[in-house]
This record gives sequence, structure tokens and C-alpha cells, in this order.
Amino acid sequence: MSELLVSQNGRVLTLTLNRPEARNALNNALLDQIALALEAAQQNESTGAVVITGNDRFFAAGADLKEMASLDMPATLNDPRPQLWARIERFNKPLLAAVNGYALGAGCELAMLCDIVMAGDNARFGLPEITLGIMPGAGGTQRLIRSVGKAMAYKMVLTGKAITAQQAQQAGLVAEMCPAALTLEYSEKLAARIAQHAPLALQAAKTALRQAHELSLSQGLAHERQLFTLLAATEDRQEGIAAFLEKRPAAFKGR
Amino acid sequence: MTFILSDVQNGVMTLTLNRPERLNSFNDEMHRQLADVLTQVERDDTIRCLLITGAGRAFCAGQDLNDRNVDPSGAAPDLGASVENFYNPLIKRLAALPKPVIAAVNGVAAGAGATLALGCDMVIAARSANFIMSFSKLGLVPDCGGTWYLPRLAGRARAMGLALLGDKLSAEQAHQWGMIWQVVDDEALNDTARQLAVHFASQPTFGLGLVKKALNASETNTLEEQLDLERDYQRMAGRSEDYREGVSAFLAKRTPVFKGK
Repeated sequence: MSELLVSQNGRVLTLTLNRPEARNALNNALLDQIALALEAAQQNESTGAVVITGNDRFFAAGADLKEMASLDMPATLNDPRPQLWARIERFNKPLLAAVNGYALGAGCELAMLCDIVMAGDNARFGLPEITLGIMPGAGGTQRLIRSVGKAMAYKMVLTGKAITAQQAQQAGLVAEMCPAALTLEYSEKLAARIAQHAPLALQAAKTALRQAHELSLSQGLAHERQLFTLLAATEDRQEGIAAFLEKRPAAFKGR
Repeated sequence: MTFILSDVQNGVMTLTLNRPERLNSFNDEMHRQLADVLTQVERDDTIRCLLITGAGRAFCAGQDLNDRNVDPSGAAPDLGASVENFYNPLIKRLAALPKPVIAAVNGVAAGAGATLALGCDMVIAARSANFIMSFSKLGLVPDCGGTWYLPRLAGRARAMGLALLGDKLSAEQAHQWGMIWQVVDDEALNDTARQLAVHFASQPTFGLGLVKKALNASETNTLEEQLDLERDYQRMAGRSEDYREGVSAFLAKRTPVFKGK
């Protein structure tokens, strides 16, 4: 059985982490498979959005410690892992995480890399790296503080203690909390709803949102306006506005 | 020493607090044994109802003060530790247990014993039983969920009176105030509680678990949030085997046989 299950339903592609015996630990091979699946989805016009999920008990409970333990300093310096993460981050369509159970360490970092996190009421988010004598190494310290703020981020990173789905939602890490049995279903529904929209508009909006953490406000506004202008040249924009005025559903073509 | 007796029959676990010579008051070892038994109830799907009662003449007299080694002239004790390690997990686990929890209050329920009983889903008390929020008389605060459950069960005015005065509340009065489900004659307590427990053990447990979860969630949710929760839980309940069984039994005019799933 493959360690990453891939299923397409309508315009939504669902990637299921499937290493139950290793609590879905994200080793390099699995990260590579995720990157490959996303790169294929980026090329595939019939995929509008992607959902990443795990199982009932584990989204992903961290990195593969055995893999990591074998790396000394020089080996860590040339670790291919950051490249793998960068490939995943480059994905330019909406990416959702449907998290049930534990999202710890690299699992939490993967969830935070996603655009929208949906969480089951049994979900736990944490960065326990500090308890192992290391620290988050794939965006944990950076993305966490940008979403939950200083107080919660320092507490989580320095104690290594996990927070509940409810706390994560209050803090702004999670978009919506639902009963665990419905997390994947609701995430796929949300993804399907998103995937109806014009692909170029989604891509532009995602790019603009990402820039919010990279640029100053004035640069961000300028960049936003460029992307906005770019969309004015698309057929889908004409279709979207026409369909609204004519009170009919829009038929987008991705052009 | 076995401070907690447990016995499983017909889908019901009867859990008996068993330190009768100390009115079933809690010490650390008793808490540890109780936690182990709760783990069993949580893991075993064939147990579909939990019935809690006390051995001897009391239900539970709360924390055993002898066990706290209070030395009036020594350094201040950390009472928060036993609340954090024992009472809080106990109340959280009972509230989260996706099956009905019945308290059969056979005699005095004082301190954490009273608040523990009131925190159960269904409370049946013997006529001679009473509830005493004794904490305030020692300068303490009702724990084991007391300050949360009391105002919700009795209303603010009565909760304040009960908690500030620390006086005895008879089972009859608790029933009149709507704080407990039922009062029965002492000799009828066992049978009544057992009958209710056996009834629950034959019911759609998954659905009952969702009902309990929804009612608990309503304490903090807005109407809008609660309506969403009802939608979610109904969606899950509608997919249960028991719902199918319930509907087909209704249409075929026969008694349903629920599996609890």
C-alpha cells in the first residue's frame, strides 16, 4: 500500500498520508511524494483545489526521528529536506489541511503551510521539537507566530506543549472546527466550493495573500493592484461579472 | 486495598466507591484506582452505561482530610495539585464519556462527593441522602466541577446560598429544586438505579453520547453555534446503525435491537 493515497473527486484532489504504523511521520520519501502529487496537480487543469489529510488519530505526528538522528552537522547543512518543503510551498492552487488527531512538529508545520486548516474537535497542534533538544526547522517558528501571535507562539515553541483544536481556532491557526467524523467531508466540500471559482483569480488571490507576509503594506497594496489589473485581462472575469448580472451560474474556463 | 469496586453486567458497569469506614472519602490511591476503572469504561464498547454508587451508609464524603497531611503550623499545602491531578481529570473524563453516567446517591454526599454526584448525567438519590457543599466551612472553594454545575443546576441564587453557607441539602429539596432526576425510598434505590442503567445499556448509545455532548456544548455555545452543532451531530447520528435499526423497527412495528453503534 502506498504511503500517500491520492483520490480525485470532481475538481478536488485529496492526498491522504498513510503511514499509520509510523503515526504518519513525514520522512523525506513522503514529503517527496506530496511534492510530486502537488506538482502534477498544478499541471492538471481539472484539479481546482487540494486537501491534505491523515487518519482519525494522526494528521502527522512529526518528522522521522530515525532519519534525522543519522544526520550530523555537515549532513544537515546539505539536507535535501528544505528543498522538499520549498517544492510543496510553491504549489499555486488552494491547499487545505483536514486535521484530525495529532499534528505535531513537521505535521503541524505542514498544516500551517496549507492555506486553510480545518480541524476535528479531537485535533492537537504542537511543536514539541524543543523537548528533543532541537527546534522547529520547517517554518514552525515563522508561520506559527504570524498566525497566532507572540504570546501563544513563544509558549508553544518553548514548552513544546500542544494546544487543542478549540484553542487553535481561537488563536487563528484553524479556520473551522468540526466533529472529527466530519472533518474530511467538510474540508472536501469547502475545497469543492473554492474550486468552482475562476482558477486564475484563485491563483492571483493566493499569491496576493502570501505576499502579505513578505512585503510592507504599501508594497503589498501595489502588488495586489497589479494582480487585480492582470485579472482584468481574463475571459473569466467577463464571464464572472456577466453571470452575476444575468443571475446565472458562471462557467469559468481558466483563461 | 481495593477502594473502587467494579462489576460489569448486561452492558452496565457498576462502580462502587469503597472505603466505607471513611465514608468513601478520596485519597490518592483511591483516585488512581478510579482512573484505571474509568480507562476501562472508556475503552470497552460493550459497556454502555456507567453507574456510580457508594459502599456502606455514605455516597462519598469528598477529600479525605487525613490524607492531605494538614499541619496547621507548617507551610501552606498545595491543594491545587490534587485538584489538577485527580479531580479535574475525573470530571472531564465523566463529561466526555460518550455514554450515560448515573449516580445512585445512597447516603451523604459531601464536598467533592456532592459535586461529583451532581456532575453525573442522571442523579437518583435515596430519600435519606443529602448533599453538603462543605468546602466554604473550611475556607475552601467547591471543586470537582462544583462552581460550574451548581449555578447551572440550581440557579445563581440557590447556588450562592448552598456554596456560601455549606449547609446540608436534603435529597427531597434537591429534587424539588430540579437539581437531581429522582428521589426514591432508600430500599428502592438499588433497583431503580439498576433498572435505569440496564435500560440505557439497551439504547442507541452512539446517539445518547451525541445528545450528552450536545447538551454539554450548549453551556458555552451561542444559538448559532449550537444549531451548527445539531446539524453536525444529526448528520453523524443519521449514519449510525442504530438509526437504521430504529427506523426499520418502527416501520415493521417491532421492538428495535440497538447495538450502540
